[in-house]
Amino acid sequence: MAAPVRSRPRLGVFKFASCDGCQLTLLDCEDELLPLAAEIDIAHFVEASSDIQPGPYDLSLVEGSVSTPEHLERIRRIRSESRHLVTIGACATAGGVQALRNFADVAEFRATVYAKPEYIETLATSTPISAHVPVDFELRGCPIDRGQLIEVITAFLADRRPDIPNHSVCFACKRRGTTCLPVAHGIPCLGPVTHAGCGALCPAYGRGCYGCFGPSASTNMPAMIPLLRSDGMSDEDILRFLHTFNAHDFAAIEPPGELGEEGAAS
Amino acid sequence: MTHRGSRVLHVGALARVEGEGALRLRISDGTVTQAQLSIYEPPRFFEAFLRGRRHTEPPDITSRVCGICPVAYQTSSCHAIEDVCGITVDGQLAALRRLLYCGEWIESHTLHIYLLHAPDFLGCDNAIELSRTHRADVERGLRLKQAGNSIMEFLGGRSIHPINVRVGGFHRTPARTEFRPLAERLRQARDDALATVAWVAGFDFPEADCDADLLALTEPGTYAIETGTPTVLPHGDGHRTRTFPLADFTTHVVEEQVPYSTALQARLDGRRHLTGALARYAISGHQLPPAVREAARSAGLADPASGQICRNPFRSVVVRAVEVLYAVEEALRLIDAYELPPYPAVDVPPRAGTGHGATEAPRGTLYHRYTLDDEGLVTDACLIPPTSQNQGAIEEDLRRIVQDRLRHGEPTDAELTRLCERAIRNHDPCISCSAHFLDLTVVRA
Repeated sequence: MAAPVRSRPRLGVFKFASCDGCQLTLLDCEDELLPLAAEIDIAHFVEASSDIQPGPYDLSLVEGSVSTPEHLERIRRIRSESRHLVTIGACATAGGVQALRNFADVAEFRATVYAKPEYIETLATSTPISAHVPVDFELRGCPIDRGQLIEVITAFLADRRPDIPNHSVCFACKRRGTTCLPVAHGIPCLGPVTHAGCGALCPAYGRGCYGCFGPSASTNMPAMIPLLRSDGMSDEDILRFLHTFNAHDFAAIEPPGELGEEGAAS
Repeated sequence: MTHRGSRVLHVGALARVEGEGALRLRISDGTVTQAQLSIYEPPRFFEAFLRGRRHTEPPDITSRVCGICPVAYQTSSCHAIEDVCGITVDGQLAALRRLLYCGEWIESHTLHIYLLHAPDFLGCDNAIELSRTHRADVERGLRLKQAGNSIMEFLGGRSIHPINVRVGGFHRTPARTEFRPLAERLRQARDDALATVAWVAGFDFPEADCDADLLALTEPGTYAIETGTPTVLPHGDGHRTRTFPLADFTTHVVEEQVPYSTALQARLDGRRHLTGALARYAISGHQLPPAVREAARSAGLADPASGQICRNPFRSVVVRAVEVLYAVEEALRLIDAYELPPYPAVDVPPRAGTGHGATEAPRGTLYHRYTLDDEGLVTDACLIPPTSQNQGAIEEDLRRIVQDRLRHGEPTDAELTRLCERAIRNHDPCISCSAHFLDLTVVRA
């Protein structure tokens, strides 16, 4: 059967385990929403529309992590129906805050929250979308940045790579002209190892970066950890600092052996 | 074809709500015997992994429960932890918290009114479609929503998961002069908020009544938002309210697990109850300033000051619009009265114990409880979101609305789905709080 000629590219927005904040970012593009909707066909966006159209989709934005048996099958189907698949946010890109279960006994978690844990279907892990299907681009952040989202959508619809830098928060912080918090005030900050994208928000408000965009392209953990210690953090504090919104990704790069040994010696 | 007899309607992915849920209706010989709102949002185990965290961490972590009401989570967390530690945050720091919360109310309510709910009243699938016939209205909604976001971005750093909130106050407090552009924007937003009240007042409201006790926080002399005492207005008992101490919340509001839902369901003293805009307005509406009450009256809302109570869930959209107007006015008042506090946060040294915090999230009362050990580490956490409390009332609403519809003949499945989705959206459920929404399959007996 010949496919009808489509004048507008079709966008799908899909949710897995998440807080809905990243898809909300699309609705938070108040100035761009109506012009964008004139250029694209919002074919599947359950949070925003009752008009739910079947695939295929030119661009699928996926929010949330894979955390239930049903998710495994659904992400494969979405991939097969999508020309481009882009993950939006820390959950879809790094498992999200719910990936903290990956370091714990999920049966015990289930029993803590639910009186009848046997009713609850869940996987023992919360994993990024890329662990299950090929992903064309990962947009980081907990939540993602509105400007970056618009760049990703327009880039994919124009068949070019999005212009999203891989450098660290430190670059953005310097550009913003914010005084370096660890240097000037001894405030612990994950800016040197965290992916840029937020606009170096936290340091501008006088707090250290807490890593919600996950690790940047090149990180130097062996240098970072002693710096955090010298700013007064215990090893338990450092582990918790890294193990929050992008625990899965930070855990993949942190040097746990060294952290453990020196922690025991100090 | 549908026919009389037994049928089971299963609506499997509810649209235009926040989170994932489904609905199962069982109809036997013209009687709705079962209405189950099933929330299949995957469990995320926040209460479990909060344990072992330092007392300063819950506000940033719990904000991730919900992208639409992160400030509610942050504020309830802060209050509960400060309660454990015996600290009260007052003065301008408390005023700034209320201001930030006003931003969230404006943003979240406007999102719900214009992008999720208005399409129901105007026969559209979404706000984009709505904008083809109501362009100026949708543009006004987006502008108003942006005004709410601008409070959150200015004070919180960003509108989703603000970064400037901490136990004890804020990381940075702005100087008075920094508020000028925001105040200018809010003065324009006041006109948009007034126009919103008038716009939604013109919608067509089906007759309906919510047969549930109402629960909201109250605060003497003001419309409760970010703090208050739990107050109950029982159904069918005139206007006599009763209160209970916040520390007793979980003895009154008891969560239980149902097999068809990952969200726990809560009942208030054994009865179904409703929190959110209708409950707040019924219980605290007399506290609204005269200009806001006048706007509510001209929008056709019952006046709680004269003992009238609006229990029609379809009219909750009007109450939300009134609350947006109030939040804009209140934000302007708070900005006008603002003086830079001497420090951005009160020091909150940890101590062992259990503390309670509750605030009025846009969709209802949000309760948090934490227990800390001697070192200030969380040993136990309990979060009771509005949606788990509202589920019982929503199910009863669904049963009643479908039952009413059956009196006028047998509806098609598509019609039932549309009706049920509307009934659910009346309550602005925030489903990822608890644990998203409606595809349709029908199983006939």
